[in-house]
Amino acid sequence: MDSLDLEIPEKQTLVIIGRSGCGKSVLLKHIIGIIKPDSGKVLINGQDISGLGEREMNKIRIKMGMLFQGAALFDSLTVEENVGFALSRFSKKTPAEIKKTVKEKLALVGLENVEDKKPSELSGGMKKRVGLARAIAMDPEIMLYDEPTTGLDPIMSDVINELIANLQSKLKMTSVVVTHDMKSAYRIADRIAVMYEGKILEEGTPEQIQGTKSAVVKQFITGSSVGPIQVLG
Amino acid sequence: MEKTFAYIGKKVLLFLSEAGKLASLFGQIIRLSFQKPFDGKMVLQQMILIGNKSFGVVTITSISTGMILALQTGTALERKISGAANMLGGVVSLALTRELAPVLIGLVMAGKIGSAIAAEIGTMEVTEQVDALKTMAANPVKYLGVPRFLAAILMLPVLTIYADVLGTFGGLVVSLNTFEGTSAGFLESLTSYLLTGDVYKGLFKTVFFGAIIAVVGCQRGFETEGGAEGVGKATTSSVVISSMLILVTDYILTAFLW
Repeated sequence: MDSLDLEIPEKQTLVIIGRSGCGKSVLLKHIIGIIKPDSGKVLINGQDISGLGEREMNKIRIKMGMLFQGAALFDSLTVEENVGFALSRFSKKTPAEIKKTVKEKLALVGLENVEDKKPSELSGGMKKRVGLARAIAMDPEIMLYDEPTTGLDPIMSDVINELIANLQSKLKMTSVVVTHDMKSAYRIADRIAVMYEGKILEEGTPEQIQGTKSAVVKQFITGSSVGPIQVLG
Repeated sequence: MEKTFAYIGKKVLLFLSEAGKLASLFGQIIRLSFQKPFDGKMVLQQMILIGNKSFGVVTITSISTGMILALQTGTALERKISGAANMLGGVVSLALTRELAPVLIGLVMAGKIGSAIAAEIGTMEVTEQVDALKTMAANPVKYLGVPRFLAAILMLPVLTIYADVLGTFGGLVVSLNTFEGTSAGFLESLTSYLLTGDVYKGLFKTVFFGAIIAVVGCQRGFETEGGAEGVGKATTSSVVISSMLILVTDYILTAFLW
């Protein structure tokens, strides 16, 4: 990233699009504080998190959820243990209440009777949905999605898009979605930001982005190999 | 000439950097071991895993070591001393408890448990599970490193006691069958030469070996990059580094303790 300036509106879904390897996932990791910036600031609700220690950062992370590209489920734990992970550590709920909450979160993502399964027994789409249930288990204020539909078939991709849209309307979170799936972007975004060469090139509503006059943005959103963006070698 | 110095300098800096990372992780693990929450269940799980995975290999290693030691020593002693069979109790038990059992079990565990720790944590690192822990406000060193460290420093002495007993038994079998010794002679020799302190000092070494195995395995795992190839490299380097450190530490501790 290079002098990247971005403001994310509260309680809306911002989709960040860009080429593979342009730094979208790295941007998400900066937002959740896993990576610290070399210069500049990351402000969450006005608070600069870039200089915070782990203890203070963890107090902010409890209010955030993140869905990783590969779901990143803990292999040695069951689905129930995965989804209930943060609940068992940070909530004051009893084990029975945690079990009930896990069931509710899994139902929100369209899964039933999978609590005792291990991640290795799940399909790609199921892993993403369990990852989503885990990310929303603590009712986060801020949700981050790293390529939520990558690796999924078109039908399952649409299922995930619908889930993200429904969760957004139900839970009214501030959501940041990183993707290069334009269908997904148009479906779920309130605003779209285009990342190019480490900067935010353009930002606007889906309609504004579709009507862009920028040749770079046009080439990316139409998926054309012809244009100012050159693929070397 | 300049290139040679540059190469040596680069290697020295790399060594110091790796040593620093290990020392830093060791310090973190010690500090976090005393921090709440205390997850006794995870430590017990890891101890059971280590015990279950190691039982067979420790059995074979220790019995065969005791038998080979008795065979070699008995054969050498009988060249000059008749009735050497009745000295084997002392020789076998001393060599096993002071040195062979702690070091061999340490090296075997570096291969079995150290590699497993590096592989598991390395796989978690490349599949973003370690990042996922951080996003859920869980310290990966506390959650993954501390239980494995505590389990290793608790289980290695237990496995070494088991190895001491089995190895001595292996020596007895050879003494009776190959050198026509007697059980009474073996036992008398054992009790004449072996002090309780020898056993305790041998076990004391294994606490350090367990710490080395766990810390190196965790550090290699957390540093893993580059997918399956990276996990393979982490696993191999964990075994090599642990083994070298165990041997060096063994010399230092032996010089200090005896």
